Amino acid sequence: MAPRKPGKVVGTAYLKVDGPDKVTGRTLFADDLALPRMLWCKLLRSPHAHARILAIDTAAAAAMPGVKAVLTGRDLPTPFGILPVSQDEHALCPDRVRFIGDPVAAVAAETEEQALEAAHAIRVDYERLPEIDSVQSALRTPEPLIHDYGDAGNVHKRIHLEFGDTEKGFAEADEIVEQNYFFEGNTHLPLEQHASLAVKTPDGKLCIWSSTQTPHYLHRALTKVLGMPAAHVRVVACPNGGGFGGKSDPFNHEIVVAKLALLTGRPVKIGLTREEVFYCHRGRHPTLMSVKAGVRRDGALTALHFRTQLDGGAYGSYGVASTYYTGALQTVTYRVPRYRFEGLRAFTNKPPCGPKRGHGTPQPRFALEVHMDRIAERLGLDPLEMRLRHLQPANSLTANFLQVGSMGLGKCLEEVRERSGWREKHGKLPRGRGVGLACSSYISGAGLPIYWNALPHSGVQLRLDRSGGVTAFCGATDIGQGSDTVLAGCVADVLGIDPLDVRVVTGDTDLTPVDLGSYSSRVTLMMGNAAVEAAERARALVAGAVAEKLGVPAERIALEDRRVFDLEDPAKGMTFQEACIAAEAKHGTLGTVGSYTPPRSPARFRGAGVGPSPAYSYQACVAEVEVDPETGEVKVPRIWIAHDVGRAINRTTTIGQVEGGVYMGLGEALMEEMAYRGNRGVVHKFPSMLEYKSPTTREMCEVETILVEDPDPNGPFGGKEAGQGPLLPVMPAVANAVFDAVGVRVDEIPVSAPKVLKALQRLAAGQEGRYGPAGLPAADYGEVTRVLPPWEGGDGRDMKKQEVGAGGVRGHIPGGK
Amino acid sequence: MLRLPPFEYLRPAGLEEAIRMRADAGPAGQFVAGGTDLWPNMKRRQETPAVVIDIAALPVLRGVAAGPGGGLRLGAGLRLSEVESQRDLLAAYGAVAHGASTISTPLLRNMGTLGGNLLLDTRCNYYDQTFEWRRSIDFCMKKDGDTCWVAPGSPRCWAVQSSDLAPVMVALGAEVTLRSTAGERSIPVAALYADDGMKFTTKRPEELLTAVTLPAPDGWRAVYRKVRRRGSFDFPVLGTAVWARLAGGGPEPLVEDVRIVLGAVGSAPLRARAAEDLLRGKPLTEEAMRAAGAAAWKPAKPMDNTDLTLGWRKDVVRPEVARALAELL
Repeated sequence: MAPRKPGKVVGTAYLKVDGPDKVTGRTLFADDLALPRMLWCKLLRSPHAHARILAIDTAAAAAMPGVKAVLTGRDLPTPFGILPVSQDEHALCPDRVRFIGDPVAAVAAETEEQALEAAHAIRVDYERLPEIDSVQSALRTPEPLIHDYGDAGNVHKRIHLEFGDTEKGFAEADEIVEQNYFFEGNTHLPLEQHASLAVKTPDGKLCIWSSTQTPHYLHRALTKVLGMPAAHVRVVACPNGGGFGGKSDPFNHEIVVAKLALLTGRPVKIGLTREEVFYCHRGRHPTLMSVKAGVRRDGALTALHFRTQLDGGAYGSYGVASTYYTGALQTVTYRVPRYRFEGLRAFTNKPPCGPKRGHGTPQPRFALEVHMDRIAERLGLDPLEMRLRHLQPANSLTANFLQVGSMGLGKCLEEVRERSGWREKHGKLPRGRGVGLACSSYISGAGLPIYWNALPHSGVQLRLDRSGGVTAFCGATDIGQGSDTVLAGCVADVLGIDPLDVRVVTGDTDLTPVDLGSYSSRVTLMMGNAAVEAAERARALVAGAVAEKLGVPAERIALEDRRVFDLEDPAKGMTFQEACIAAEAKHGTLGTVGSYTPPRSPARFRGAGVGPSPAYSYQACVAEVEVDPETGEVKVPRIWIAHDVGRAINRTTTIGQVEGGVYMGLGEALMEEMAYRGNRGVVHKFPSMLEYKSPTTREMCEVETILVEDPDPNGPFGGKEAGQGPLLPVMPAVANAVFDAVGVRVDEIPVSAPKVLKALQRLAAGQEGRYGPAGLPAADYGEVTRVLPPWEGGDGRDMKKQEVGAGGVRGHIPGGK
Repeated sequence: MLRLPPFEYLRPAGLEEAIRMRADAGPAGQFVAGGTDLWPNMKRRQETPAVVIDIAALPVLRGVAAGPGGGLRLGAGLRLSEVESQRDLLAAYGAVAHGASTISTPLLRNMGTLGGNLLLDTRCNYYDQTFEWRRSIDFCMKKDGDTCWVAPGSPRCWAVQSSDLAPVMVALGAEVTLRSTAGERSIPVAALYADDGMKFTTKRPEELLTAVTLPAPDGWRAVYRKVRRRGSFDFPVLGTAVWARLAGGGPEPLVEDVRIVLGAVGSAPLRARAAEDLLRGKPLTEEAMRAAGAAAWKPAKPMDNTDLTLGWRKDVVRPEVARALAELL
């Protein structure tokens, strides 16, 4: 089915609905909120990376001035966690601390200073345990267990999947290219530090305002840990001052202030320090990777084998999904006829890793795109033309049964080739200057919810009345990405009014229908589809009433420019408000709903829950760099990026998302590192915005954004995601450009000056001009699940089950090669 | 958020009162001007003075006047943004103005002062951390602990002198004026610093740095280069200040005299004397610049306590010194 055609709003650069409030400082973030008689909360955190709690003495703290309540792990014994398979966190550690910064006790006091003084007066006796600081040490140290669950020792998760016989694929190759890569961990660094304010309402219910991207999942966690009926808990997601995945988990501090509010009967607030935000983390997993590719002389892949080892930190978080994501999306850009993936995630005594923009895919995308550059170099091919020749086709299934819909990567490559002057620059610039290319793709929302069920992923309610006003209710959360603006725009486009005519009410579990949250780049597609459905139903009510009034068939009614009129005689009609009055008179109180559930994925094997999406966005990126051959310092003056967004709902905010992705990608490419000290426990090296290096405006490059619009049948108006994909190609494009500039490979992110200089020194000494990992520690990835690719007759199930199942299941797979 | 500890805040009306207040406060006292160093340090409990004497508003500290023998006397309370844009400095002391312009961010330069930058607390990744963080490493020698975690066997603290203006002033041969109830004294900036992360200045605690005197601009040239990760915000991981008297024109003038001073590679500004000796009395050729870079590389001993790796920080001394010398021309 073709997507709905845009009217007068969608595709334009209409005003961001929250723009004026944001730029004039009127937006109320969670930390701006205050209530009368409010108490302040401070958390006491563990100074040890791994230790048993022997005793906690809170008597002195409880007796201090201003102190109203002190909590320890005993007060909140129920575990929680974002994934059903990883319910491994406690609001306050009951018996064990697992990283420096793990919270142990909480104080509520009249002032923040009093709360801090009291927290320092709490005495905790610890017995230190051996500390694990890397995947390697986790593999070497199966005991003591950081958690009493997991696939083996301190290995949290093991994955082994094979789609087709990769050995056969390698045997058919003209060349085998193998290399190892490392992607250092980094964090979201939102400008807004997490804050929460909880209150017990007079009817005994709980209300919490919080900087969260996922009010629905916080709602679930609060309900579980506090043992309250879900209907008695209200979560209001405040506008987020940046999320990027760092506010997607339910957090200990949110549960603590809720408990303290219930206990004291007074509002309780917490505002985390920057250092504490580093301890919340949930950012990029440090990932070691090995890639083996079989290629024909023209660059066609015959088989691909990826291995990934993720340093997960101290808790599960989204980690199981992150691990699957390091193997999921390699197949959607270039044809991969046979594919094998082995991955594991280890528990370590560091702040937990989780979903940062790109969730688990930037690491393998970096490895794959640098690997493609290597392959082109080995075969003597132009890396751009080589990619262009082997694209995964539109409307096809991949080896791992991902359903690709619209696919504009070819157009993206052509656009950046022309705009960047690729042909004149690649391999032709003077030493010290170079250009590099990389491609990428990202999901427009996960095809499956975190809690598997048959419920919609997003719901929108519309309320219209005689005022002519339209209110759109949705559980989605605006984290700065512009989802409120997308909601208003979709509704306004269908109803023929201005986006600013629509009042949006979002992210409030009491008032709005459930939307699963602002993660996995799902909101524009899922909320957008729900909004279009609700708006089309409202349009039908309004058009029906007006048709009756005008005495014309409803199909002839148009809604445009705040008017409702007869298409054949546009002068015949009425204002939108008059039309609403007519509709309310005819139908009674006006309200409509819309909801969205993604299509079912053809994949049926265990582990197939991660990767499927209603639509995939595509990107091609060229970076130009200047490398100082004497110091190894890298500057990036310019980036060209083409992004296949399907359809831009709002041009300006879409470009804003692309530029934001480039900015964040540049930081990862050049400097950002979550680094730890090994000599004093496993302490974060520099949890501050001064020493955790992230680009300033001085490092930000010129960005030329090209929007490629290849409407996807599953997107609202054909729209796909823009929030995450555009970050992905930046890191490999920069690394490839450094090679073009000075002839050395840095197979590690970040590509920092010391690494470039080291590679240059090796090259000058006659060694291989490379900086990167030598290999991966030996590991067991568990028993392999084999699935036949669609073109070999696979039906999406584990081969064992396919053979055991009903005979003749090898039916026609649409789009199979 | 991070909150300040309680303290008594005093605001003297004049210099004499400021000095008396400081003497009265004894070891518990501390001056503050721009506060860009002290306030964050207090929030992190690196410093916990009971009495803070605010000298930011004293006009006597903010003047620019002719110094002895044709030099220039700068009030220590000049804002760094004033130093970077001051007309006399731009005209005759470009290295000073440029050095100031590389400090931190424009907003902080509107608060931070010349004297404050010269007296910047030495920095270290084990020290510039919150109380909670430092507790997790059992503190360090510089504050509340016994060990220097940069070099655990070491009897001394290795915190880094990270002022951008310190190497510039040492290279120029500038002087500072120090004042207390005991009187006033002037010493060369080079004598202000001590090679110890904890006791990094020779200034007595009760003394107030009131002025910096620059030598007359009688034909010498000077440059300052700063290496850091980003184009703003960051402290130096290497600062290179070069002062020289060159004789004769042409592309390779003769080096009559030269001073090369490295910042951020130790607890005090470091004179690269061997490199200077190589250059003195010889033409400033490209080869000489490279040789001087190599000679300066030797004594530079950065430790693992700032941004970037210590090996790299040492390696870039070679090109940076050579480039600074080239900039003289």
